[in-house]
Amino acid sequence: MARVLVGVKRVIDYAVKIRVKPDKSGVVTDGVKHSMNPFDEIAVEEAVRMKEKKLATEIIAVSCGPPQAQETLRTALAMGVDRGIHVEVGPAELNTLQPIHVSKILAKLATEEKADIVIVGKQAIDDDCNQTAQMTAAVLDWPQGTFASKVEKTNGELTILREIDGGLETIKVKLPAVLSADLRLNEPRYATLPNIMKAKKKPIKKVTPKDLGVDLSPRIEIVSVEDPPTRQAGSILPDVDTLVTKLKEGGHL
Amino acid sequence: MSQRARVIELYKSLLHLGKDYPQGFDYFRTRLKNAFMKNKDVTDPEQVQKMIAHGEFVKKEIEALYMLKKYRTLKRRYENQEQG
Repeated sequence: MARVLVGVKRVIDYAVKIRVKPDKSGVVTDGVKHSMNPFDEIAVEEAVRMKEKKLATEIIAVSCGPPQAQETLRTALAMGVDRGIHVEVGPAELNTLQPIHVSKILAKLATEEKADIVIVGKQAIDDDCNQTAQMTAAVLDWPQGTFASKVEKTNGELTILREIDGGLETIKVKLPAVLSADLRLNEPRYATLPNIMKAKKKPIKKVTPKDLGVDLSPRIEIVSVEDPPTRQAGSILPDVDTLVTKLKEGGHL
Repeated sequence: MSQRARVIELYKSLLHLGKDYPQGFDYFRTRLKNAFMKNKDVTDPEQVQKMIAHGEFVKKEIEALYMLKKYRTLKRRYENQEQG
């Protein structure tokens, strides 16, 4: 039996068109729909399935972010997580909050809560860092199973099928371990209305990074955030000669 | 739970699902309301039971639709980068 810690991040919803702020300091987040990072949903689902298979005793969800991150935790609770921990991060630190900080927070909480398995999504769809699981494993000095596509538990060991470039890899890790969920690990369930209502009764503990002794001072400075370049319009040419001249003009020949 | 309460609960949970509907909540809500209002005079318990069952089926369908849409979007964004 194991205790599972899952990390969930509140991100701009995957279906929303991202707009960059005119001053290039970041993206517009005010009044924009947010939801749980889809890869974290997969992580939560895996933890819930472990509990349903009686492989896990308790599931704890952690989210680092602004007060609204509690909504994301509620979604996790509605999916079947037992309790939540909200690590409150102020607006000033939010933009420079990096996997290095989050992994220290997760590692600290994993030790405090005596977790045996930490599951996070392989990456968040906003910053696409893909570092939190790896760094958490490093901070804890635990084995890691990243990009998990299938997880099986056999007495004290986990057999993990990993999605790697051009194929699959099977590894065995001893518990405690850190996992990161890939897209095909499972199909996350939908948080239904009655479950959301029931989730309101489940406890969410609020802590600050200071309580955990984690320093959130920025490691990076955001210089500028810009839109990707837009594709230039093509044109139809009458014959091959014009094409050749055009290509020469463009310096392609 | 009475049949009336079950119909109301079904309506509420469908409304909740509608918030994420691709064509917008308003599009979904008007159609949902029409669908329920169309059958407002049905009183036969067996008929109502059938309709509730159909509503539950629609709920499952919408959940599946959302899941697929999300899965496909993510797959497109994260897995076909080499092919462009």
